[in-house]
Amino acid sequence: MSDVVTMDDLSNEEILSILDDSKRLIPVASGKVHLPLLEGKVLANMFYENSTRTRMSFETAMKRLGGSVLNFTSVGTSVAKGETLYDTMQMVDGYADIAVIRHPRQGAAQYSADAVDIPILNAGDGAGNHPTQTMLDLFTIMEAHGKIDGLNVVLVGDLRYGRTVHSLSHALIRFGAKLTLVSPETLSMPEEIVRDLRSSGAEISESSNLSSSIPDADVIYMTRIQKERFPDEDEYAKVAGIYMLGSEDMHGAKDGMIVMHPLPRVGELHPSLDSTPHARYFQQAFNGVPTRMALLCRGLGVTIPKEVK
Amino acid sequence: MSEMRRVTAICNGTVIDHIPAGHALQVIRMLRIDINRSNPVSLVMNVPSDKMGRKDLLKIEDLELNQEELDRLALISPNASVAIIRNYGVAEKRVVELAEELVNVARCTFTNCITQNDREPLPQKLRVVSREPMEIRCYYCGKVQTMTDIVDNIL
Repeated sequence: MSDVVTMDDLSNEEILSILDDSKRLIPVASGKVHLPLLEGKVLANMFYENSTRTRMSFETAMKRLGGSVLNFTSVGTSVAKGETLYDTMQMVDGYADIAVIRHPRQGAAQYSADAVDIPILNAGDGAGNHPTQTMLDLFTIMEAHGKIDGLNVVLVGDLRYGRTVHSLSHALIRFGAKLTLVSPETLSMPEEIVRDLRSSGAEISESSNLSSSIPDADVIYMTRIQKERFPDEDEYAKVAGIYMLGSEDMHGAKDGMIVMHPLPRVGELHPSLDSTPHARYFQQAFNGVPTRMALLCRGLGVTIPKEVK
Repeated sequence: MSEMRRVTAICNGTVIDHIPAGHALQVIRMLRIDINRSNPVSLVMNVPSDKMGRKDLLKIEDLELNQEELDRLALISPNASVAIIRNYGVAEKRVVELAEELVNVARCTFTNCITQNDREPLPQKLRVVSREPMEIRCYYCGKVQTMTDIVDNIL
């Protein structure tokens, strides 16, 4: 199957091969090389929830490869009139060759994949999975460290509702990374995920203290405390702004340590950090383009040439 | 066999024995037995059992449950023994088997699951992730469903 709903849809070999493809596609992603591998193909960007980077990077990825994009939002469309996801996806099945879906409800991507024949790429379903983000995160880590095995990755912030960290932690464990989970108690990683990670033999430590985790970190992966996932304002206020990093926090850090963030940031990363060699979040956002190019090609069964010129 | 005599032998139908004590009512719900129907259903609860200490037992007259219906039972009563009775004799013995996927057995309890919209037409699906200990998750959203969740949300 060419759907990517969770990271479990990709074997370790496939992940490495996609990362390898992504690396070769960098000159295409940045517009330096013209490579219309997906000419004549149509991508449906189905966004039932807001997105900036994911949506734009998929659109850029498709267009840089010569394909075209149908952009869909649920506002002002048949969805607002009460159309089911199943019906909307039947329509997309007829209009596009591949679809990317983001939906506020968990399980929506698997549901869509079952509903249609065209390949489905999950771009986030509720607090569930976000595997294409994971691919670009892995790519960013590999780019900086050349490996994943043995790295100490510190995941910080909203580990309960943050789908990015759910998908990422599974993948990191598969490649032998050690995880340090830093969150307030109310936003700790869901029990079933921690259980899954531990049962696959993972080395995991949990803490609520960020500063003590910095010296040993190879990667610090910050996340935003997501206001929209909180049932009420008071609960949000209790934990908002609990973890912040600035350039002064980098003194005890290893030289090669990188700070990542799926963005948008709302104060977790002080702008003073941007100019340090540790900051990698904008590069990470760019990396969404080559990795999503590679994923689109895989979904459509298009092979990327060994040499991209 | 003294517990068997608590209710009379049935002429035709299905006997389900070795149900974990106290779970017979859940089994009735899971098998979608219509309690308003006219055929008699005998229910014996908490009787002594050599194998289980205590057990429940069900006799459903004039109804032969098929394998698919019986497999639903495997969730709460994986070791149940089932006999199809014809003319007062055991015509067939059946074993219950827990399938990998439970289609339209129970609704996912997670409030933010895509299947919460009743108008979505694809079936409810639960996945048996592990048998010992039993762990069941929604196929779509991945949320763990407890046995209480499942029994309370039988379709």
